[in-house]
Amino acid sequence: MKKDRLISILFILPSIILIAIFVYFFIGWTSWVSLVNWKDIFPDFTFVGLRNYIRLFQNYRFTISLQNTVVFTALFLIASITIGLLLAILLDRKVRFESVFRTIYLFPMAVSFVVTGVVWRWILNPGPGGESVGINLLFEKIGLSFLKSGWYTDPNIGIKAVVIAAVWQMSGYVMAMYLAGIRGIPTELYEAAQLDGANTMQVYRYIVIPLLRPITLGAVIILGHISLKIFDLVFAMTGSGIGFSCDVPALFMYDTTFRGNYFSQGAAVAIMLLLFVAVLIVPYLIHSIRTEVRR
Amino acid sequence: MKPRRIVLYAVLVIFAIFYLMPIYVLFVTGLKSFQQVSLREMWNLPKSITFESFVRAWKGDPSRGLRGLSQNFMNSVYLVIPATLISAMLGSMNGYVLTKWKFKGANAVFAILLFGMFIPYQSILIPLVQLLQKIKLYGSIPGLIFVHCVYGIPITTLIFRNYYSTIPTDIVEASKIDGANFTKIYTKIILPVSMPAFAVVMIWQFTSIWNDFLFGLIVAPNPSVQPITVALNNLAGSYFVEWNIQMAGALITALPTLLVYIFLGRFFMRGLLAGSLAGT
Repeated sequence: MKKDRLISILFILPSIILIAIFVYFFIGWTSWVSLVNWKDIFPDFTFVGLRNYIRLFQNYRFTISLQNTVVFTALFLIASITIGLLLAILLDRKVRFESVFRTIYLFPMAVSFVVTGVVWRWILNPGPGGESVGINLLFEKIGLSFLKSGWYTDPNIGIKAVVIAAVWQMSGYVMAMYLAGIRGIPTELYEAAQLDGANTMQVYRYIVIPLLRPITLGAVIILGHISLKIFDLVFAMTGSGIGFSCDVPALFMYDTTFRGNYFSQGAAVAIMLLLFVAVLIVPYLIHSIRTEVRR
Repeated sequence: MKPRRIVLYAVLVIFAIFYLMPIYVLFVTGLKSFQQVSLREMWNLPKSITFESFVRAWKGDPSRGLRGLSQNFMNSVYLVIPATLISAMLGSMNGYVLTKWKFKGANAVFAILLFGMFIPYQSILIPLVQLLQKIKLYGSIPGLIFVHCVYGIPITTLIFRNYYSTIPTDIVEASKIDGANFTKIYTKIILPVSMPAFAVVMIWQFTSIWNDFLFGLIVAPNPSVQPITVALNNLAGSYFVEWNIQMAGALITALPTLLVYIFLGRFFMRGLLAGSLAGT
């Protein structure tokens, strides 16, 4: 038995060591890099304290990327959760060809963010010299010309155009989560409510949606952390945009570090990003492990 | 049909059109020849079908300095197969220990591993590049395989752990009394019933490794080792490339994971839900 104990530890040890190095030690190393003066290809480990962070918040481009993250996250979460819940409720109404609809709504999840970016860059392209192409052309053809817009090339819209592509990709996922949740609710609950005279709307309003609260929380966590670190979609679709109007912290970090070689500055962005995600994730992880232990 | 049903179906169909629209654009544009591609007609069906765009996206056009995607497609294949297999194996081993050989603090270890799933990879990229350069894995496919195996540990462990906790521990305890050791229980009892979990994990890993962009971009700057997602972005980013080729390239890039989704959708779904419902 003692020997088995030992082998079991040896089984899991490589993973623990790898995660210890590649997650925790690396995060520590990045934090250290963010406190030194490494700003070209040759490492320079002169300690400068919080200077890189102070510079960051004085940087106009970083400020824009933070604002964009807030806007992006808010719109992306609201749209994906609303659409996901709506589609799940509709599909639960004993729809014919349900599995066909489900397959169509969910397939964007199987596609890379880069492919999504490349395709939506075309669809949301306002076209050269005022000529209508892409979705603008479509709007023109079906008589909805007033919906035409400059999309991601318009600094006032910018990041909001990227939200459309992100919602296209992820709302089906939310639909799948909610549908699984709805199907997990015991039918007796519905029947009891109907016996009490509740109509369909009331059943959803007072029974289904409150019972789906853990799923909504899960969706907020998943979509939220994807949203905070969104990179590939923006990179492929628009880049940082006109006057950095589409910039996000992950893109800013990539440009600063791997294109500009300002390693310490890039590390400071990375640590800020990690803090944002940790604020969202850590309480959730602690909460879910605790509930599990109690079970 | 009642009016309410009509509204219901109308909403479902409108959303279906929204989700299918990009695929429509990919297909009709990819099937057009260069002469047929014009901005005014981007929503029209092709007048005649040609696979010219796909051939050129695949093979490239050396006379115009256009790199084809064939080599990068194969890079992704060489990368995704070993990385998927190794990380599934690691996840299975971890899941087995964390459920059937629980030690003191096993839950804490699990939480510590799981956190790695959520971190923004930006926070580890600088040391990652430094270390890979030191151990001579930087800019190589083995380097990318290694990276995907390491950062796949949290999710694969999570899925296997959830799955193994549904296998009654009594069976394991009984075999221990019968004198079966750690390895024997794993190979004779656990592994034979693990196939559904392996299917879920391998499909999940296949999809996310194939679709990865960030690690490919950072770890493989050399075009000859780049995975296909990075090559697609370069293809689409160069100004002189016609967009029928871009769309054909995007479709080639998306095809393997779309096929997996179409043919193994059930496992894909389960992977998705397992990934999302960590603790709910």
